[in-house]
Amino acid sequence: MIVRIPSLLRSYTGGADAIELAAPATLGEAMRALDARFPGLRFRIVDEQDAIRPHIRLFVDGVSERDLTRPLPPARELMIVGALSGG
Amino acid sequence: MALRKKTPAVAAPRSTTLLIATRKGLWSLTGDAARRAWKISGPQFLGHIVHHARADSRGGKTMLAAARTGHLGPTVFRSTDRGRTWKEAGQPPAFKPGAGRTLDHTFWLTPGHTSEPGVWYAGSSPQGLFRSTDDGVSWTGVDGFNEHPQRKAWCGGDQDGTPDGPKLHSVIVDPRDARHLYIGMSSGGVFESTDRGADWKPLNKGVKALFLPDPDPEFGHDPHCVRLHPKDPDRLYQQNHCGIYRIDRPAERWTDIGAMMPKSAGPIGFPLVVHPRDPDTLWVFPMDGGSVWPRVSPGGKPAAYRSVNGGKTWQRQATGLPKTQAWWTVKRQAMTVDQAPTVGVYFGTTSGEVWGSRDEGRSWKCIARNLPHIYSVECA
Repeated sequence: MIVRIPSLLRSYTGGADAIELAAPATLGEAMRALDARFPGLRFRIVDEQDAIRPHIRLFVDGVSERDLTRPLPPARELMIVGALSGG
Repeated sequence: MALRKKTPAVAAPRSTTLLIATRKGLWSLTGDAARRAWKISGPQFLGHIVHHARADSRGGKTMLAAARTGHLGPTVFRSTDRGRTWKEAGQPPAFKPGAGRTLDHTFWLTPGHTSEPGVWYAGSSPQGLFRSTDDGVSWTGVDGFNEHPQRKAWCGGDQDGTPDGPKLHSVIVDPRDARHLYIGMSSGGVFESTDRGADWKPLNKGVKALFLPDPDPEFGHDPHCVRLHPKDPDRLYQQNHCGIYRIDRPAERWTDIGAMMPKSAGPIGFPLVVHPRDPDTLWVFPMDGGSVWPRVSPGGKPAAYRSVNGGKTWQRQATGLPKTQAWWTVKRQAMTVDQAPTVGVYFGTTSGEVWGSRDEGRSWKCIARNLPHIYSVECA
């Protein structure tokens, strides 16, 4: 799976805008895998109660998903997006 | 036991550095020995909302900055080279999983006791208290507060907080005793612990809470900023939503010292700072707390007010400040003092200006402008 990294998280990925990740079973697993490679990244987009933060959107092959526990179908792309959040 | 002593000779600083935390990042200002020429550097964390940035006042090299963005969750950044480079905390403040509470932002940072190098405290929105014992690398909740059976009653719900979220601030460590702590909460009031945060009790008697049905409740108040005097740790001051107060422990009742403020300024404001050596001298910066709470300088005429007698009388200090049509104010962490023989007083405005006084507030000069909305100003 390719994870598309938005500009606001590239300080964690050394500037990389795309990361290759072994196919995760759930979004939660994807988040943990990302955090293992880029420590601190997960908490910026997922809070301590395992909820995706209000101004973060996750798209799996173009479909919005907010449930970190739902089994993922085989997917090619996870896109992390910083949604509109004011000035 | 008071630490009040005859004022010792104080050496003039070779330079003065101010950390300026803003809604869009962190800057620093460095002044020369005379505190006349100031050089600005930054930004760090451009685009981050930096609520507070502090240097270790115990002689350590660590600086901490509490930050978030509109999108990203809250974190703490650390520097061990006086702000040249920063690294994110390995485990920033967060509530416990399953606790049902989500940290919106870390709001306040306080270095721990001098006998405990490496200890820092953080206050958050919504109200939470956190401690680090490794110089800000990892943080854990202070369960004695965060899990206290009365916490919810003390703090109320989100609707009981400030428009920017309810906050735990003014984390104070008694310089005589690392176990003795105070906190302020907006809302909630002032609370005290004598066992390093294992248990807490309210300390609000005598403080008005005019926004509650019971104007003299045990808790639920809105202290905006609480300060303990480092040379007389039994003396605390607070700028409150409903006035200015002083207490001399072991007294349990606060004394209203805002009543003598002139009516044109009023006793409402966010910040309060104390003279580093004289427990009777303090400064406040009033704002308009009338009608719909505009939270601007009263009448568009900003001024600091100083008392040199513990709040019995107040003196307006506005020389050099705009005389009219200046509609900014000063947030609770955005006023500070240095340690120079003639104390420098500094504040940052909601309109992005930093003002400084080299003569204890008698005259003011703008030392930086065109910054974002300023949240905190601290000497480094």
